[in-house]
Amino acid sequence: MYAQLVKSEGMKAREEMSPEEIAFQERIDRGEKIEPKEWMPEGYRKTLIRQIGQHAHSEIVGQLPEGNWITRAPTLERKAILLAKVQDEAGHGLYLYSAAETLGVSRDELMELLHAGKMKYSSIFNYPTLTWADIGAVGWLVDGAAIMNQVPLQRTSFGPYSRAMIRICKEESFHQRQGYAIMMKMAQGTPEQKRMAQDALNRFWYPALMMFGPSDKDSVHSAQSMAWKIKINTNDELRQKFVDQTVPQAEYLGLTVPDPDLKWNEDKGGYDFSEPDWSEFFEVIAGNGPCNKDRLGARVRAWEDGAWFREGLMAHAEKQAARRAPVAAE
Amino acid sequence: MPSLPDMTTPNVADLAREAAQTASAHPAVPQPDAGQEAFSEMLLRLGDSTLILGHRISEWCGHSPALEEDIALANVALDLIGQTQLWLSLAGEVEGKGRSADDLAYLRDAWDFRNLLICERPNGDFGHTLMRQFLFDAWHHELLKALAASSDPRVAEIAAKAGKEVAYHLERSSDLVVRLGDGTEESHRRMQEALDDLWSYAGEMFIGDAKDAEVAARGIAPDPSSLRAAWDQTLQHVLTEATLQIPEGSFAHKGGKQGIHTEHLGYILSEMQFLQRAYPGASW
Repeated sequence: MYAQLVKSEGMKAREEMSPEEIAFQERIDRGEKIEPKEWMPEGYRKTLIRQIGQHAHSEIVGQLPEGNWITRAPTLERKAILLAKVQDEAGHGLYLYSAAETLGVSRDELMELLHAGKMKYSSIFNYPTLTWADIGAVGWLVDGAAIMNQVPLQRTSFGPYSRAMIRICKEESFHQRQGYAIMMKMAQGTPEQKRMAQDALNRFWYPALMMFGPSDKDSVHSAQSMAWKIKINTNDELRQKFVDQTVPQAEYLGLTVPDPDLKWNEDKGGYDFSEPDWSEFFEVIAGNGPCNKDRLGARVRAWEDGAWFREGLMAHAEKQAARRAPVAAE
Repeated sequence: MPSLPDMTTPNVADLAREAAQTASAHPAVPQPDAGQEAFSEMLLRLGDSTLILGHRISEWCGHSPALEEDIALANVALDLIGQTQLWLSLAGEVEGKGRSADDLAYLRDAWDFRNLLICERPNGDFGHTLMRQFLFDAWHHELLKALAASSDPRVAEIAAKAGKEVAYHLERSSDLVVRLGDGTEESHRRMQEALDDLWSYAGEMFIGDAKDAEVAARGIAPDPSSLRAAWDQTLQHVLTEATLQIPEGSFAHKGGKQGIHTEHLGYILSEMQFLQRAYPGASW
């Protein structure tokens, strides 16, 4: 899940809805999928564009922290696996931009909003990958947290988004297993490798918990999104599920989750755990994470340096069309 | 503390002759079959070229001018790394010293690398990267077609698999060279500059040495010069459509196949081999 703090319109009570809005809500309540050409409230369209766009941006910015280790991957096999993984992320970006396009916004428009700082990507990608174990931790924790949110989104109300999620989830769960396999190797390796593995968990644990967004009590946009089935579970539900799933995995690796207050709670059938430092989260969202400048800078540079390339292709396509045109007219 | 040599130091040449006489009293060490050595050398030349070029293009990951290019380049890099695994495994097998593909990739220094110099050229702008890819693909495609008929069935099998991948690489790089050469004034200029700049690194692909002659005589691989005509034809066809001028010079930088590289390779290896060098013997 790479959508955090997605703004939604205020929740409407049924008596405030127009007949169209009522019919629309009823379709969603019946579990029907909404398709691009069908009528939808403007708020639904805008919220989806924000959410899908943020998700798409996260996929492409997410190439950078992992791409950071492709040239330094320790074996040919690890290099090939990582290349394939980063390529998958770019592919996810492509499906998602296409899903957003069905709502009437082009990929270029969304990119420009990203580059201008007017759209966000997930806070997690503003953290650095400092050792090879971080590549394991990103797969295990970051993809693990993403899957936690994306599996329910396969049932989201908007057809193209739901179909993109089904495809993406298959690949993400593969990535998570690959990440965990790296962690296993490191945790069973030399003392230095174990140290790298523990260090990666120490640094990625809280940023991974932040991926679910602020606590429900502070999450102002959830209610309408949930009514529209753009959001299926609350932030806290998903975070709890993630912790419950991940703690035994860390124990299996022989690693320690960096939370002295982590404790199994028999009554709720889940772990009690410490909240991440939300002031850090808001700083990262505001642009002050360790890598914000580098990440966005790299994307802007790629875009600007590539302008001649895109223009060249367009010009060629126009020339070809012009060459064909007289023939077609005859 | 040992003293420095003075005028009474015996003649070192005599000492060396003496040492050599003692050594020759030992039983002769079996020398590797000269043909096998040329064969493993040929495999290193292939595997190192795909490895180093794969490394270079993987540097683009996340930085390409369009999402489709990120995906396509990662795909080409992935194919080249996959081919590297096959060629270097076979090189280790033929060499017979128990070295794996990873040992060869991660534990040799630059002078033992046998890749073509063009593979280690810096990426430059995206046009430069595409032009390098096109020049390489056009050669690689012809080479693999010939290797698919190798007298060594292991080589023929790898070449048949890799050939399918490289046919696609060539289709893609040719297509982009045409579209950018015949695109805007700026894209045309950049592609022509890339071609002019890389031209002197293309000729090495076709220069053979004694080792090439050895494997060619055994029917394992084609004579490098035999691939030139088909390569020229591909270039003629694609570059004409791209409205680009084939440079006139025939000078060719060489040495990569013999282990004499440009300054760039050392930096590629220090990055690529970092973990294996910093944590010797660890399993990843």
